Amino acid sequence: MATTAPPAAPSKKVNRLGLTQVSYKGKPSTLCKGCGHDSISSQLVKAFYEYGVEPYRVAKLSGIGCSSKTPAYWLSQSHGFNTVHGRMPSVATGSVLANRDLVAVGVSGDGDTASIGIGQFVHLLRRNVPIVYIVENNGVYGLTKGQFSATADLGSKLKTGVVNDLPAIDLCGLAVELGATYVARSFAGDPKQVVTLLKGAFAHNGTAFLDIISPCVTFNNHAGSTKSYTWGKENEELIQEVDFVPFFEDIDIEYEEGETAAVELHDGSHIILKKIKRDYDPTDRRTALELLLDSGEKQQFLTGLIYVDTKKPNLIELLNMVDEPLATLPLDRIRPPQSALLEIMEALR
Amino acid sequence: MSTETVVDTSEPDVQSSIVNDFSIQIATINGSGSQSSNSVLMRAIFQMGVPVSGKNLFPSNIQGLPTWFTIRASKHSYVARKRDIDMLIAMNPQTAREDVQSLNPGAAVVYEQSLGLDNVRDDLIFYPVPFGELAKEVIHEPRLRKLLANMIYVGVVGHLLSIEREEIQHAISKQFKAKATAVELNVKAIDVGFEYAEKNLKKADALYVKRMDETAGKILIDGNAAGALGAMFAGVTVVTWYPITPSSSLVESLIQYMKEHRIDKETGKATFAVVQAEDELAAIGMVLGAAWAGARSLTSTSGPGISLMSEFAGLGYFAEIPAVIWDIQRVGPSTGLPTRTAQGDILSTYLLSHGDTKHILLFPSSAQECFEFGGTSLDLAERFQTPVFVMSDLDLGMNIWMSDPFAYPEQPIDRGKVLDADALEKVSDWGRYKDVDGDGIPYRTLPGTKHARAAYFTRGSGHNAEAEYTERPDDYVKLIDRLQRKFDTARKHVPAPVIDVEDGAEIGIIAYGSTHWAIVESRDQLRNENDLMASYMRLRALPFNDALEAFVDQYERVYVVEQNHDAQVMQLIKLELAHRPELLKKLHSILNYDGHPIDARSVTEKLLARESERPSA
Repeated sequence: MATTAPPAAPSKKVNRLGLTQVSYKGKPSTLCKGCGHDSISSQLVKAFYEYGVEPYRVAKLSGIGCSSKTPAYWLSQSHGFNTVHGRMPSVATGSVLANRDLVAVGVSGDGDTASIGIGQFVHLLRRNVPIVYIVENNGVYGLTKGQFSATADLGSKLKTGVVNDLPAIDLCGLAVELGATYVARSFAGDPKQVVTLLKGAFAHNGTAFLDIISPCVTFNNHAGSTKSYTWGKENEELIQEVDFVPFFEDIDIEYEEGETAAVELHDGSHIILKKIKRDYDPTDRRTALELLLDSGEKQQFLTGLIYVDTKKPNLIELLNMVDEPLATLPLDRIRPPQSALLEIMEALR
Repeated sequence: MSTETVVDTSEPDVQSSIVNDFSIQIATINGSGSQSSNSVLMRAIFQMGVPVSGKNLFPSNIQGLPTWFTIRASKHSYVARKRDIDMLIAMNPQTAREDVQSLNPGAAVVYEQSLGLDNVRDDLIFYPVPFGELAKEVIHEPRLRKLLANMIYVGVVGHLLSIEREEIQHAISKQFKAKATAVELNVKAIDVGFEYAEKNLKKADALYVKRMDETAGKILIDGNAAGALGAMFAGVTVVTWYPITPSSSLVESLIQYMKEHRIDKETGKATFAVVQAEDELAAIGMVLGAAWAGARSLTSTSGPGISLMSEFAGLGYFAEIPAVIWDIQRVGPSTGLPTRTAQGDILSTYLLSHGDTKHILLFPSSAQECFEFGGTSLDLAERFQTPVFVMSDLDLGMNIWMSDPFAYPEQPIDRGKVLDADALEKVSDWGRYKDVDGDGIPYRTLPGTKHARAAYFTRGSGHNAEAEYTERPDDYVKLIDRLQRKFDTARKHVPAPVIDVEDGAEIGIIAYGSTHWAIVESRDQLRNENDLMASYMRLRALPFNDALEAFVDQYERVYVVEQNHDAQVMQLIKLELAHRPELLKKLHSILNYDGHPIDARSVTEKLLARESERPSA
């Protein structure tokens, strides 16, 4: 039987599974040159490679839009599903119910999640579906040529000069409020942080939500935009410095009281948080909500790990499902015996 | 009922009595607990070996609005609605007068004495009973007293119809199971009813229940529970739903049964997942996601939910993902009459979604078939990798039907063309959408398959045989043509129509779903009362197969009977037979769309009216 990838040549660098980074690549992108989404795709390849996930175990899911096209551009050896607009959460939920061994990664955009799909999004959060849910957030509808989305900041400007007069929906705020158990914000222009937060998300066992500001070079990268590369680079403020130590490596961190904290994730990996300016405890929900409210009011661009809860049961655990994937249970486990039917019939006589 | 003879005896008179062939209607207030009494009354008749059917006509309301329950006893085993009511139990002051007005002359009325109904008409038989006063004898607690008043009428009716008291007691034990106090109280209420009727009421109607032997071994069940059982024994694993009348009880039954029979004995864990979704969009999305990942998956809904599922239904069709959707049809358009029955979703569901989308539809007509199609639908969905809709309705789904017990499925389940890692290893040039077998059905792999060539990208946009994105005209045409080929293959695999040929018949009847039972009875009426023979084709699925054309070809006139305004299946038949214009002239429509389950007498009358309009007649 063939394995997921040919054995790597000795000279090439391989991960703990013996796979090269190339094993995690996808088809060439068809997005605009310089698109923030392509940068995120690259970080996904890197994160999967470094963390060492077998591609066959990954299910890539997306909705509709530029962002939702990107699952074709990474992990060619994984099943992918480009669903319908705003409805990726339900399809993703179904797929993990069918096969709890899948590593589900959902990619969506700000239109897909914050507008048409907000209903499904909030219920996915509420259920704490085990999934890595990434919003590639650029504040505009790219495929329909540059209309505002619901995450565009109040007062930000379209290329045409139109000013957004509605407040932005803070997806991280929703995520913390409604039950996601790993919530982070990042910036496509900060690949190091993106890759670290992604690996933390892979190690988490519940809804890991990443709101990644991802500039649209064609429709929202001008002066007056608050989702441009320039704006991001000038305004990004780290909540903390994040580092990731996978379960298969020893933690070799010098703890300084009050300066560094480590959060142990589901599989024994650790996310290491180093204090920069503020004292911040991402395991406290109220603190997280306060931070989001505060930075939202000041229109600050804070990135880093906002919230993490490693204790809350996910949907699969709540449903008390058998350990094996439901999809492939043999007939004798899913068809009750004849005696069961006879008993039911007897009660109906 | 048309008898005018008043029988002054408690023994059936062979000449004028009506034995085991009448309908009783109980008019009560929603939420007054009459359901238990109605079930007890029906079950007692059933236990006496007399075929019964029970139909609940209820409002879209939890408490306070009028509701009617009709019990039909039929020595001929007719289980369709009987149009005319022979005995009314008038317990609801709101509707009592109107209910009495609607009766045919000679009908009997058992009523709460204080309503003073006997002055409303002089051509009915009235039985006044002071239910409220009698209930006080049984219990002092006012709330329970109301419930018991309902049980008292069972005793009164039991006496009037000669229902054996032991069978009523037995039915009470069954209804209230282990609750000894409840059994005791209700039995007491029955006794009060019987005793009052014995002492105070003089039998003046002709209706009698007499022991038969036609129900031995049979079960009483609603179609939704039957469908749930079918799905459970067919190995459904992922079930999603959004509550909607009249479909909710399908999944609610399924949850009950699964908790009982699908928990792994060793680990105590579930071999299934049930999720109550946030809406029907999410419900079908979860089904598609689960089925894409290999689970046998279903959801259940009604018309408004079907409308919401439209976009996803197209994705399922185009990306070729199994899904089973039960549509327990109710009256539309829009919110319509949410608690009334119809077969009005056929056209919209058959073509659900934009573009050239079409779907496999199954039409169960009995509880038995709900059970059977519970499995057939999952098998077909996986075999054809496409959404399959099971078109039940409120009448079939929520009403109580007598049925033979369901047979244990002996066949293995059909998981369709799925390649696992071993199978994939033997195929060198697998492509997700390649038509290898010429039947239009490609092979699929499941996410999580450990093989380098297993992965593919599923999308609702244009794709070629290798599942790659394409907008090329030739690729698109190839894909659409293959989907048509697959649909044509399905014609031979969906449940075939059941045809009952009557020798010498000039006319044919086509019907489907719950309409079936009115047709069975109507054909007897036509034969026995009018000497008119009618052959019958009962459709069980879409797409049609060749039998349709042959059937229409064979008869002079063909009546298509259905429960909607637009003659929806007849329109599809006309499309199907468009290449034979001479056949189209033979088709006539008989429709029922007032929200009540269709009845045989109306079918017979409409058919005869049409027959008499013929130039030669």
